[in-house]
Amino acid sequence: MLSYIIRRLLQLIPVFFGATLLIYALVFLMPGDPIAALFGDKPPSPQLLAAVRAQYHLDQPFLVQYYYYILGVFQGDMGTTFSGQSVNEVLSRTLPVTGRLAIMAIGIEFTLAIIVGTVSALRKGKIFDNGALVVSLVFLSMPIFVVAFLGQYFLAIKLGWFRPTIGGQNDWGDLWLPAIVLGLSLFATSMRLMRGSVLDTLNQDWVRTAYSKGLPRYRVIPVHVLRNSLIPVITNSATNFGVLLVGATVTEHIFNIPGVGNTLFQATLKHEGPTIVSFVTVFVIIYVLVNLLVDLLYGLLDPRIRYVR
Amino acid sequence: MSAPAENGATAPILSVRDLKVAFKGQDGLREVLHGVSFDLYAGETVAIVGESGSGKSTTATAIVNLLPGTGRVTEGSITLDGRELTTLSRREIEHVRGRDIGFVPQDPMASLNPVWPIGFQVKEAIRANGIAQSRDAVKARAIEVLQQAGLADAEKRLHQYPHQFSGGMRQRALIGIGLAADPKLLIADEPTSALDVTVQRVILDHMATLTRERGTAVLLITHDLGLAAERAEKIIVMNNGTIVESGPSRAILENPQHPYTQRLVAAAPSLASQRIQAVVEDRGLETMDDLADIPPTVRVAGLTKDYKIRQGGFRSEPFRAVDDVSFEIPRGKTLALVGESGSGKSTVAKMILKLEEPTAGTIEIDGKDVSRLSNAQAFGLRRRMQPVFQDPYGSMDPLRNIGNTITEPLSIHGIGDAASRRERALELLDQVSLPRTLVTRYPNELSGGQRQRVAIARALALKPDIVVLDEAVSALDVLVQASILRLLADLQSELGLTYLFITHDLAVVRVSSDLVCVMEKGRVVEQGTVDEIFANPQQEYTDRLLQAIPGASITLGGGGS
Amino acid sequence: MSDEKSAHYVAPVTEAAPVTDAVVVSGKPASLWRDGWRDLRRRPMFWISLAVVALVLLMAAWPTLFTQTPPNNGCELSNSNGGPAAGHPLGYTFQGCDIYARLVWGSRTSLSVGLLATLISSGIGLIMGALAGYYGGWVDAVLSRIGDIFFSIPYILAAVVVMTVFSQFRNVLTLALAIGGFAWASTARVVRAEILRVRQAEYVTASRALGRSRFGTLVAHVVPNAIAPLLVLATLSLAASIVAEATLTFLGVGLGGDTMSWGNDISQAQSSLRVAPMALIYPSIALTVTVLAFIMLGELIRDALDPRARASR
Repeated sequence: MLSYIIRRLLQLIPVFFGATLLIYALVFLMPGDPIAALFGDKPPSPQLLAAVRAQYHLDQPFLVQYYYYILGVFQGDMGTTFSGQSVNEVLSRTLPVTGRLAIMAIGIEFTLAIIVGTVSALRKGKIFDNGALVVSLVFLSMPIFVVAFLGQYFLAIKLGWFRPTIGGQNDWGDLWLPAIVLGLSLFATSMRLMRGSVLDTLNQDWVRTAYSKGLPRYRVIPVHVLRNSLIPVITNSATNFGVLLVGATVTEHIFNIPGVGNTLFQATLKHEGPTIVSFVTVFVIIYVLVNLLVDLLYGLLDPRIRYVR
Repeated sequence: MSAPAENGATAPILSVRDLKVAFKGQDGLREVLHGVSFDLYAGETVAIVGESGSGKSTTATAIVNLLPGTGRVTEGSITLDGRELTTLSRREIEHVRGRDIGFVPQDPMASLNPVWPIGFQVKEAIRANGIAQSRDAVKARAIEVLQQAGLADAEKRLHQYPHQFSGGMRQRALIGIGLAADPKLLIADEPTSALDVTVQRVILDHMATLTRERGTAVLLITHDLGLAAERAEKIIVMNNGTIVESGPSRAILENPQHPYTQRLVAAAPSLASQRIQAVVEDRGLETMDDLADIPPTVRVAGLTKDYKIRQGGFRSEPFRAVDDVSFEIPRGKTLALVGESGSGKSTVAKMILKLEEPTAGTIEIDGKDVSRLSNAQAFGLRRRMQPVFQDPYGSMDPLRNIGNTITEPLSIHGIGDAASRRERALELLDQVSLPRTLVTRYPNELSGGQRQRVAIARALALKPDIVVLDEAVSALDVLVQASILRLLADLQSELGLTYLFITHDLAVVRVSSDLVCVMEKGRVVEQGTVDEIFANPQQEYTDRLLQAIPGASITLGGGGS
Repeated sequence: MSDEKSAHYVAPVTEAAPVTDAVVVSGKPASLWRDGWRDLRRRPMFWISLAVVALVLLMAAWPTLFTQTPPNNGCELSNSNGGPAAGHPLGYTFQGCDIYARLVWGSRTSLSVGLLATLISSGIGLIMGALAGYYGGWVDAVLSRIGDIFFSIPYILAAVVVMTVFSQFRNVLTLALAIGGFAWASTARVVRAEILRVRQAEYVTASRALGRSRFGTLVAHVVPNAIAPLLVLATLSLAASIVAEATLTFLGVGLGGDTMSWGNDISQAQSSLRVAPMALIYPSIALTVTVLAFIMLGELIRDALDPRARASR
């Protein structure tokens, strides 16, 4: 098991460097004056110009710049935003908010996906199954912002059950509407995956063996079907992480939630290159960590991985 | 046990009457069992024998209501000790399973859940059937079950996972689970078909001991007539969903009366092999000296192949798949390379076909060393040497029609034009006894045996001298297998072909080959003419393989064909 | 039936001894594609989705067939929030623009970006995935790591960054490149997995044993057999690209603010959501229905070509 984790870690390290280098390159290696890319159309003052030049080592070759940047990252220094705050500070404010939203959304997504997916598979071809397939297809086709607006319009404005925008008051209880919106738009893929996985598992020989032992249905399904079916769904959630991030960004934008996604987006609008790079680096780090976590979980769930020859 | 009937004889423990099973398809019900009836008495072992599609597995799974997919019992009755099973509710049949009827499935790898330890799966069976309740009692019983099944270190094994067991060990665990609750009836569905032949014998012996000790009735499902005769007192022969013949094993083997049974008895390799043995020993053995003056077409010397296997961490260890193998195949003869899984026989075939590079050793074709050739030279060589592979369902590109598949070698080697190739395809279809109309059809429209004929036709397209048959008949039903072997024999004498025949089945070797080379763990254990080896095996391993042929212990009274 | 243990029962022989393994084929030769087509033909949902797709494609190619209003027409404030009128069946937005006309012209934007982005991502994905899956070894290691790198950055976010950097060049081509240039990673993974599966097949070994080169076998046998899932992937990719364009334009980094795009429509309508919801709902419906049709088409094709499903037909 340990060697499996180590091997995965080794595979993910070049990913981290490659991805950060890529983003860095995109922002800084562009034709034209990098300063212009950094500031967009606002001409900077000479002092700020000199400070930025020094900070980003702009008189040095590109790779050296990148090196200093990564060095900074490992020392915990992620740079400063244009408004003068340190990125670390911004992160400590916004990360918990997005974290709450993400956790609630994933909770809703998985609960729905597992329950609906399993029931659908067990009642394949019947009304529940067909209905679930249609509903998930519709959610699959609706871009997240459409779902968000529909949610905003019908649940908040028309029915008044939630506030249409969240703003500063964004503790656990306030995030229900955006979490439901995000969770619903994600659940379609997971539910279909779960359904397919359960259908596959039901056909496996070990299920027949379980029944032949005299086990009742209410034991065979959870113990011998669900446990095995969950594995592909969970491993898929790591790759689905990117979709979650994008969804979170759009949701935060529409519901005016001061989370990581929204801040990144605002920075993009204002052409704040350094902030963009820092935030995307954070995303890549989180992606790497999530992948490791899911791999760990996969190893726990599937003993065949643990004892690779 | 069973209640005595009025006339003083005991009643059967399992009684099946006019059983009909149907599957629901897109176009309505499709009946697969058309009225099956038989009895099974306490302590008796009865075997149901048939080819695939005969309905034998369907009958077995119908008894415990474990039919796959949309299968249903549509008519008939199944009584266990007088109790009707077809009308039971789901709860009641769950009660019967495990407790009264045990089930041992085929394919041990797929039949055990890979994510739970073996101990967990055994304990489940114990708890569900009320054998023991408290944690300690359940654990003790589980250890007992595994020990009785023949697994050493039973306590340690409880915590291990199925993939850490070998195939034989998994099957033992399954047998243990099936017998855990001491059922009156054990249904064993091809319990050893997925195992090596030496392991098969040991497992079946063990199962016989266990069931004899407890007086369990056994319903054994198998495709091998020799195995059935050896293990069961009574044989039921099924074909196309009906019983064609049934009776005491002796009677079936020595005096088969239904034409289908007669064909089965004639074709079963394990039985045919015995008959040939008897004949040959009368007329005298063919020895290596008799073949000495035929020039060898293929000569292999000191062939070795090493692989690097990655171990847990970052080390990789060398693994010797083939170790110093040497043999010769005289022109126009068949040499069988026999071994169980892991013996290295397939690797030898791959090296001869130049699909792998040997680590050491030489391969000579007609006296010329071909072990290390450039790509261009190898290309020319391939015209003389063609393969036929095991899997009739996988060895043909599903997107190409039969004609294109057969003529593919011709187009790769740039022989002839489209018209002449088409002509050749039709010729080849004639040679393998397939109708010419198949030339525009696709592989998925044919049966396994027919595809294998197409594969043989493809192998003959370039008029080779040597054909390498890698388990070419192993995936086929007995009667189909016999017809393919006949075809191969006819082609060999017509075209003067030399065959290298790779197989794990020694019985098939007897009916098809002249020479045999026995391999174990990469080395050659023994080799010689088939007559010599079968009459006087020199090595213990060879002897074990011979003894393991199902039906080896039956002495035929000279009946049959 | 045997009443005694030792009775020997023989079934009556009713027919002449059947030939072993008789050849039974009927109808037209059934290749994978023909079988698949026969199955698709029978499903009503296939024809419905095909019709919707055809309609949208038609709308994108010849918008003037559907509406007389020229693109970037004079949105007259006097029409603000007007209801349906002759030739303008869906009414007007807050700014007085014809909703229906914008829908029609918007289809061209969505589809052109979508198709171009899919071509780019599928093209790159196919090559990278096929080479990695087929040649294995270090080729696979390198290409897979590259794929992982691109995969770790969600392609929409990457596109946001790219479009910001290239903010002077906002056109269909750059947007398609931004989306396709990062979205190829998931296509490559699927292609690689398919190629790996096909590579194990015995007909590939057979092809090599017959004398074909590795590359020849890749082209002649491996790729054609792996193409079926790629077709499905392409339709699903197209659906995703359309959504990507709409999302990016909605966020303001896609095509310019005055371009006719469904994303723009939705973005502009959000400020007046309370008073004029229909200006947002109509483009949303158009977007959803288009994407739905493509996804449905993709799934139906996948079911039709799935060899396991074939076996049970």
